[in-house]
Formats: sequence, C-alpha cells, structure tokens
Amino acid sequence: METMIKQKIKEVKKGNQSAFEDIVSFYQNKVYHICLRMVGNAYEAEDLAQEAFIRAYTNLHSFDERRKFSTWLYRIATNLSIDRIRKKKPDYHLDAEVRGTDGLNMYSQLAADQALPEEEVESLELQTHIHKEILALPPKYRSVIVLRYLDELALQEIAEVLDIPVGTVKTRVHRGREALRKRLRHM
Amino acid sequence: MNCNKEAIALMHKYLDGNLYKEEERRLRDHLQECSSCQNHFHELKRTTTLIKNTTPVSAPPRFTANVMNSLPKQKKHKTYIRKFQQHPFLTAAAIFFILMFGGILTEWNQDQQVTVSKQENLEIRDHTVIVPEGVTVKGDLVVRNGDLKIEGSVDGDVTIINGDILENTSGEQSNDQLNRSDLRAYSGELTEVNQIYEWVWYHTKQTVMDIFSFDSE
Repeated sequence: METMIKQKIKEVKKGNQSAFEDIVSFYQNKVYHICLRMVGNAYEAEDLAQEAFIRAYTNLHSFDERRKFSTWLYRIATNLSIDRIRKKKPDYHLDAEVRGTDGLNMYSQLAADQALPEEEVESLELQTHIHKEILALPPKYRSVIVLRYLDELALQEIAEVLDIPVGTVKTRVHRGREALRKRLRHM
Repeated sequence: MNCNKEAIALMHKYLDGNLYKEEERRLRDHLQECSSCQNHFHELKRTTTLIKNTTPVSAPPRFTANVMNSLPKQKKHKTYIRKFQQHPFLTAAAIFFILMFGGILTEWNQDQQVTVSKQENLEIRDHTVIVPEGVTVKGDLVVRNGDLKIEGSVDGDVTIINGDILENTSGEQSNDQLNRSDLRAYSGELTEVNQIYEWVWYHTKQTVMDIFSFDSE
C-alpha cells in the first residue's frame, strides 16, 4: 500500500492533481477519525480533516519521500486539531449566552455533577460515553490516546507524529490511561 | 514490590507491549498476592479494551470530492512559470535568442538601401561601391545591399552583405605594403553574406566578437 501511495505522491508532485484523489480517499477515514476524537464535533472534524488534506497538498513539496506519508499526514491533522482546541478556549466563557437560545448561558450546558438518572445512563450509548471521556482529557494526553488506541500506532510512530521523544509519549500514554481508568471504572 | 510505583509502571509497560519475561514473571507473582493491584490491573485492561473496541468512524459522504474541489486550482500558465523557475538558464537563453533573432530579422528586412561603413573616398554608383584607383581605405570595410568593386586597395577586412565582390581584373597590385595578403586588394579577410542564415551567423559572430574584444579596446 505504501508503494502505491508513494507512486501517487510522485504523480501529484509532477503536477497531476487528480492523483491526489486516491490519497484522500485512502486516508480520509483515519484523518477524519483523529480530528473527530480530538475536537469532538462532527462539523469541525470535517472542516479540520479537509484543511489537513489541503495543507498536505499545498506542502507536498516539503514532504520527504523516504518517510512514511501517514505519519506526516497525521501530524498535520493533529497539529491543526490542537491549534483549533487552543483557539477555541476563549470561546468558552461560561457567562456567554448560547447562540440561538433565549437567555441560556453556558452554565446550563455543563453536565450536572451528580450521577445521571438511570434511564438516561441506559440510553447513553457506551461508545459515546467513552468518547466523551477521551474528549475530557487534556489535549496532550488526548492526542496520544487517540493515536495509540484508535489508530493503533506504535509508540515510536506517535513520537514522530507529535514530534516529541518516545519517553514523553510513554509517560503521556500511561497518564492518559490512568485518567481514563478512573473515569471508566464505574462502567 | 512497591504497589504504587513499580507494579503500576510494570502494568503500563505490559500494556505497551514491551515487558521482558523476567518483569512479566515478577508482575504476575505480585498480582497473585496483592488484591488492590489486581483490581487496578483489571481496570486498566478493561479501559484499554473499551477504548480499542470503538467502531471505526468513516468520513462524511462526498468528503473526497469536497477536498478535491477545494484544492487550489492548477493553472496552465502556472505550470509554465514553474518550468521557467526550475530552469533559469534555459529561460535566459530563450529570451536572449528571441530578442536577438527578432532584432536581426527586422534589420534584414528593413535595410534595402546601400550603406557603407564610414570611410571616405568611396564612390557609390548604382548599388555598387567603388574603391577608386589609388585610394587606400584604412580600416575594415562593410558594404550592405550593394556590390563592391575594388580598384584601389583596402587595408583591413572586407564584409559584403547581400551583395557580391566584383573582381577587378585590370588592377595589377603593385603596392608592396599589401603583399601580405598576396594578390588581393584587401589585406584582411573577405566575408560575403547573402543568405538570411548567413546573416544571422554573421550577427552572432559579430556580437560575440564585440563582447570578447571589449577589454582589448
């Protein structure tokens, strides 16, 4: 598969734009998945994944063909997602009125502290709950957990994607796992 | 074994898949006697199973098409520009030739009048430039669009463009100073240019010579 992708990359570099289509359709699910798990919103995830592919296309000349394309692409996607999360932070003023509502502020959007009513827990899909817990992790732990468990990347590869030492990846995976253990323990 | 540090570190190492045999044995031994660690380990394993077993997400429909539509459009002239940028030397050469040949061709087409380089004492009669008898022209002589007849002598190169040299049979050269070039009325080289490609070649040569003789002047 890697050789097919490499061939396509060469064609795109030569100016054959349509060869990029195969690259997009091959990686779209993975990239979308990373973005979705990072930002937690389907529309934003689609926007980010699209942006990631466009950036990959416009910066393809800077891609070193000796390296793995997926690593490079995931790196663009995670960086974009982390940037988006950072930029989004100031938007979450608890006092701000929620758009499209009359007088509702962000306090009303927060999950209640006490345990949810039983029927609600039952209606809540297990997966949605897990993803919510992943989203609740700080971005630096979230990114390693997403890459490790949703895309099953090796620790070394995660280190390359995020451009951090393997030791740091290990520490973050461990801490992320511990945090999730505490949150998912009751399930 | 210290439950909080060592055992938990080993558990994570196990989950990362790089636990040595010896460490694995130690962890197993510890788990058998420590129930709190056993519980911790169980929770960790369950957590990873839960995260791993999520259904794969697929990108929204028409995602690829949307990406392809939002890519920066390729423009034809852009690719030309890129080619030029990749080969600056060829670009420079191409521009040079276009300008040079263009200039030469217009010159060739426009000049239909007899012109001769600046030397004095020359007669011009019916498209023929005559070097009168007893006259020695100093320097190189260039005649355009006309024939050249040498009755006297030329001390230098002769160039005839779009014309012929009319051989002067009557003039027996007696000037000793001209004997360097034997029985010719001119001391340098004779060049006749009649065809357009010759004209081009002549121009090219002239330009190159101008460039290289610049420092000697």
